[in-house]
Amino acid sequence: MFRRSFAGLAAAALFALAAPAQAADDFIIVQSTTSTQNSGLFDDLLPKFQAKTGIEVRVVAVGTGQAIKNAANGDGDVLFVHAKPAEEKFVADGDGVVRYDVMYNDFVIVGPADDPAGVAGSSDVTAALTTIAQAQAPFASRGDDSGTHKAELRLWKAAGVDAPAASGDWYRETGSGMGATLNAGTAMGAYIMTDRATWIAFGNKGDYQIAVQGDERMFNQYGIILVNPETHPGVKAELGQAFVDWVVSPEGQDAIAAYKVDGQQLFFPNAGE
Amino acid sequence: MQPDTGIIAAAMGLILSGNADLIEIVGLSLRVTLSAVILSCAIGLPLGAAVGAWRFPGRGVLAVLLNALMGLPPVVVGLAVYLMLSASGPFGPLRLLYTPTAMIIAQTILVTPIVAALTRQAIEDLQSEYGEQFASLGVGPVRRLSALLWDARVGLLTVALAGFGRAVAEVGAVMIVGGNINHVTRVMTTTIALETSKGNLQLALALGVVLLGLALVVNAAVMAVRGVSARAAHA
Amino acid sequence: MRDLSDPLRPVPGSQSPAAAPILETRGLGYDAGGRVLIDGLDLTIRPCRRTVVLGANGAGKSLALRLMHGLMRPARGEVLWQGKPLDRQARAAQAMVFQRPVMLRRSVRANLRFALVVHGFAGRERALREARALEQARLTDLAHRPARVLSGGEQQRLALARALATEPRILFLDEPTASLDPASTHAVETLIDAAHAAGITIVLVTHDLGQARRLGDDVIFLHAGQVAETGPAARVLTAPSSGPARAWIDGRLYFDPTP
Repeated sequence: MFRRSFAGLAAAALFALAAPAQAADDFIIVQSTTSTQNSGLFDDLLPKFQAKTGIEVRVVAVGTGQAIKNAANGDGDVLFVHAKPAEEKFVADGDGVVRYDVMYNDFVIVGPADDPAGVAGSSDVTAALTTIAQAQAPFASRGDDSGTHKAELRLWKAAGVDAPAASGDWYRETGSGMGATLNAGTAMGAYIMTDRATWIAFGNKGDYQIAVQGDERMFNQYGIILVNPETHPGVKAELGQAFVDWVVSPEGQDAIAAYKVDGQQLFFPNAGE
Repeated sequence: MQPDTGIIAAAMGLILSGNADLIEIVGLSLRVTLSAVILSCAIGLPLGAAVGAWRFPGRGVLAVLLNALMGLPPVVVGLAVYLMLSASGPFGPLRLLYTPTAMIIAQTILVTPIVAALTRQAIEDLQSEYGEQFASLGVGPVRRLSALLWDARVGLLTVALAGFGRAVAEVGAVMIVGGNINHVTRVMTTTIALETSKGNLQLALALGVVLLGLALVVNAAVMAVRGVSARAAHA
Repeated sequence: MRDLSDPLRPVPGSQSPAAAPILETRGLGYDAGGRVLIDGLDLTIRPCRRTVVLGANGAGKSLALRLMHGLMRPARGEVLWQGKPLDRQARAAQAMVFQRPVMLRRSVRANLRFALVVHGFAGRERALREARALEQARLTDLAHRPARVLSGGEQQRLALARALATEPRILFLDEPTASLDPASTHAVETLIDAAHAAGITIVLVTHDLGQARRLGDDVIFLHAGQVAETGPAARVLTAPSSGPARAWIDGRLYFDPTP
């Protein structure tokens, strides 16, 4: 058994070495975020789209800030992120054609079971954040200019707390993606704001639970934009538009609604609302 | 999570399952890394040998530069290659970004200085031994280079292995220029990074064990070759 | 083509010391680190003869040899090959064997082949010369062994065979038997004799008075970077006229009274 697998592996390796780079041109590149990738949504969605259209979708999953910059460089056909003001600026700058709402999920604040700041069960995010700040309980922030990071900063501002001023003290910026921040934050017993989808799919929860949820200010809207082929001539406008159209179509929207992890729906389609 | 036996068992399970995705990822890792090492040797061996064996103005500066470039941060190289290959960069029309080729380019840039710098040292040592004999025989500069490279072959295999080690373990550069796209540019290290970010630490570590095993197999194979050629050369 | 293995072959020129020199140096000088190592060296090497270069440590023997062979550039003076400055072609007609043989990390045969390839030999001619050199050095049975596993004596024989395989006009030897036992020394001297018999001019640096007596036709005695004495071996080695040479041959320690 072992020998056979090894031989297969070796054969596969040789084949891969000999095989030339893929030449198929029927693909598009989507600049997107770690939350959509890590939650497994794309793994569910893309095969359905490819089965229907024959178009392969290659996803580059980075922070929203970097995804927008990459797309602004023309390195992608479609932008699929969650930072509405930045997305609107992207379109206004001529880098994108039109922005469509796709779906939303929400942010939650997760914390250790012993709940050092005593915010568990709260549905008032600004009150909870104020309490955390007063208790100087550790809080792990993405600190990477991502969509989640931007949303978190907006909420601190709304709470009237200058959290970044305490950076290095109880406010800890990891400067990394959502997953890395969750890994680091849970290890240091900090509160962490994360999108619900990533949290549900996250495999290293330890004794962590959702402490704060249900505040409508933690609404997390995703948008999709075709990168502008006029400003970026390399863009595969036709194939990219097909993907955008499918995602906001009833078929795509149903597929998003149907995606569940552990019986929970992660994303709520709201295109055209 | 049981960090000791659980991870080894998970790694073995992964290998034994013959998982198609794993085979694809391992295959791409090997293809990218070995291509980069071969290219790096094609550039770095003659370059390092020339700096080690020839005397020309600026040689000392070049040697120091090569040594310094061994410490190139992968993320910086990744970023530089990204800017070159980006649609808005000078080589954008080649459409190489987010392809295995882009990853090979980035790793070649990372590994070439290692190969060149270590080759320079090996060749310089050998040159100090052979120099007078070659001068006496009237060996020309090009033949001197090829003869030194051939006679240093045993040590240079270790140089290539050092380059392989750097390339196969590298994640920062290939992540940026490859994009970690599933079935296209996803290799061992970027998969490990992805699984870590998903919180699947056990799977990530199991993949790490597989990567280590891969490095062991390659090293063992090269050392076996080295043993044979060392006996033939007695060096 | 000369047959190196036939010692009975008559050697032209060895009986006529008046023949034009094959190599001369004029006012040769060399400095290192601000010190004058060699100065005003006028040497004459006559064709088809065996010239032995003697002198104490630091007298400049090895340096003189390297300057004559063109391995180093003199600071002053010049080396003349058959009356003309040393050029590429002249250098191709020279060969040298070092005290510690430099063996390539290859087989015995490949070591010979390398020298032959550098000198432009190919095909049957090269194979023929390889086989002859192996036989001459009595290394045929070891042809496929890595050169660096050979004993010191075998390595030096190989070095000599490699130097002779390209049929040089002149062979420089820098203390070729300094680290060898008597049997290996004898084997190397036999090869030197055979080369001389085949008409190759020999220039030998040695510390060994016995070797100088066995192999020398002419003697150059160096002291402190200058020629102390020169002449036929028969005379210099029995009745030296200079202080340094006399002391060295008598086995006395000689100190320069004016350092």
